[in-house]
Amino acid sequence: MKIEKGTWVRIHDIVMEPSERAPQVPDDTKEVPLEMWIKGFLREEDVKVGDVVSVETITGRIVTGTLVEINPYYDHDFGRCVPELLKIGLQLKEILWGGQSDVK
Amino acid sequence: MSNKDQSYQGVMNRKSEIMIKSVGIDYRDFELEGISFDYERMMRETGYSLQEMQSIQGESGVGNTPLLELKNLTGLARKLAPEGKGARIFIKDEAANPSGSFKARRAANAVYHAKKLGYKGVIAATSGNYGAAVASQAAMQGLKCIIVQECYDSTGKGQPEIIEKARKCEAYGAEVLQLTVGPELFYIFLQLLEETGYFNASLYTPFGIAGVETLGYELAMEFREKEGRDPDVVVCTNAGGGNLTGTARGLMKAGADGVRIVAASVNLKGLHMASDNHFNKKSFTTGHTGFGIPFATWPDRSDVPRSAARPLRYMDRYVLVNQGEVFYMTEALAQLEGLERGPAGNTSLVAAFSLAQEMDADQIIVVQETEYTGAGKHIQPQLHFAKENGIEILFGNPEDEKQGINIIFPEHPSLIKARDIDVNQLRASYIKNCIKINEVDKISNTDLQFIIEECKGTESFVREKLSELNIEIIE
Repeated sequence: MKIEKGTWVRIHDIVMEPSERAPQVPDDTKEVPLEMWIKGFLREEDVKVGDVVSVETITGRIVTGTLVEINPYYDHDFGRCVPELLKIGLQLKEILWGGQSDVK
Repeated sequence: MSNKDQSYQGVMNRKSEIMIKSVGIDYRDFELEGISFDYERMMRETGYSLQEMQSIQGESGVGNTPLLELKNLTGLARKLAPEGKGARIFIKDEAANPSGSFKARRAANAVYHAKKLGYKGVIAATSGNYGAAVASQAAMQGLKCIIVQECYDSTGKGQPEIIEKARKCEAYGAEVLQLTVGPELFYIFLQLLEETGYFNASLYTPFGIAGVETLGYELAMEFREKEGRDPDVVVCTNAGGGNLTGTARGLMKAGADGVRIVAASVNLKGLHMASDNHFNKKSFTTGHTGFGIPFATWPDRSDVPRSAARPLRYMDRYVLVNQGEVFYMTEALAQLEGLERGPAGNTSLVAAFSLAQEMDADQIIVVQETEYTGAGKHIQPQLHFAKENGIEILFGNPEDEKQGINIIFPEHPSLIKARDIDVNQLRASYIKNCIKINEVDKISNTDLQFIIEECKGTESFVREKLSELNIEIIE
């Protein structure tokens, strides 16, 4: 798929390799790179996902990285059902009002 | 990018220079001899008066949020409390601010100040409500905005709450730079400040903290109007300390000196803040002990040389609650009071629900903030995410909660407990940090007075702790 210049995209870059991480970082974090994602308008022609590209961000900065997503969007939602939550309201209403009218 | 050294150490070495340029405050002006600095003078000379802040905030629709009495939660607390106990619980509905939290108060002042000084844009490093607040205010003031966010672990997974906040920032037109876990976020933040010349809308500047003073002031005025008196206790969710500091200062500016200030944090014992593995095992992204305790015992660990958030100066009591209790109480607030609000602000609601049961029925306890909720930033996606990460969700005794392993909803609301932290231990650890970081073996009388104020300790307590550290006081 040809991606047109000016398309809104998301890029990824490694900011620090594991060997470059700050000295105070815990051991598990030191084993992984510091990665970055940012969105912007594509500045190049004839590129595909996986290519190193540059973008102009919404504030006008030029940033370089690997193209990972075209017209990136959010897909988070209200989450799957957590049935445990349903019990809370019913229990509290039972304690407060369940056939008892002697609220102190 | 400039030709300057862009390595981690290279950028960190230019920290002070970058800070002065990006905040517009030369913090050296307020340093005194020895280890002290003149906090009140810094707040006075670099901040704004309460009236100025009210007017700045009023223009952008910030503040004057509803004050609501939680009659059903009060009723529930009274059912569980001994006869004659169960204080009236009130909540200040800060979710009614333009960006959905009290952070709009901090951002309004910081962004106004940036605009006044002629900066073209603002930058804030935050995964939370403050980013949304800065982005919202920047949109109103016509400034550019960059938010730097610690967002994903090394497998690319992120808390729905953090991702939702990125969305909100982008909705207000901000650029969001997302990073994996690590304190090097600060390095990226400095690089961006240097590259763009934008204003550092740090959470910890005097304008930011002074912005919250209107919250404390409003509370006092509203209670006098509605109830003819000040509240007895105000509970603040405590992370970096700005919420508590600003609220307490605002109450004092209103002359409400008798109000007891309680800090509340979610206990995240054992989960390291900078650990890639622990990152998604924390089901709270703010208001937890990972910020609350280090910032209380050493406020200057923040991103400016002297933090204006100094919570130990103002807190009378510090309590911890557990994750399961906060999620449970968030559901209770929706079901019993018809207020669907985000969990972090409800940390102090859990504490208030427990503390109300120790207080007399004619007393008043206030939860001084709420925050917005919605897709991502809601207890259901947060809990579902926790389950996906192998965290067990069950009913039981919150005392048995193991942070990062399970989340325990109380099987009965009588099991909800605010657990005290010994504030004197926090004071002692503040004193230890102060001495260690300043590398001194003797201090002046001015320094002694400074430490007493900083940790709200008695003179004899501070002298005793200093003598345990073999510190000589030059009288």
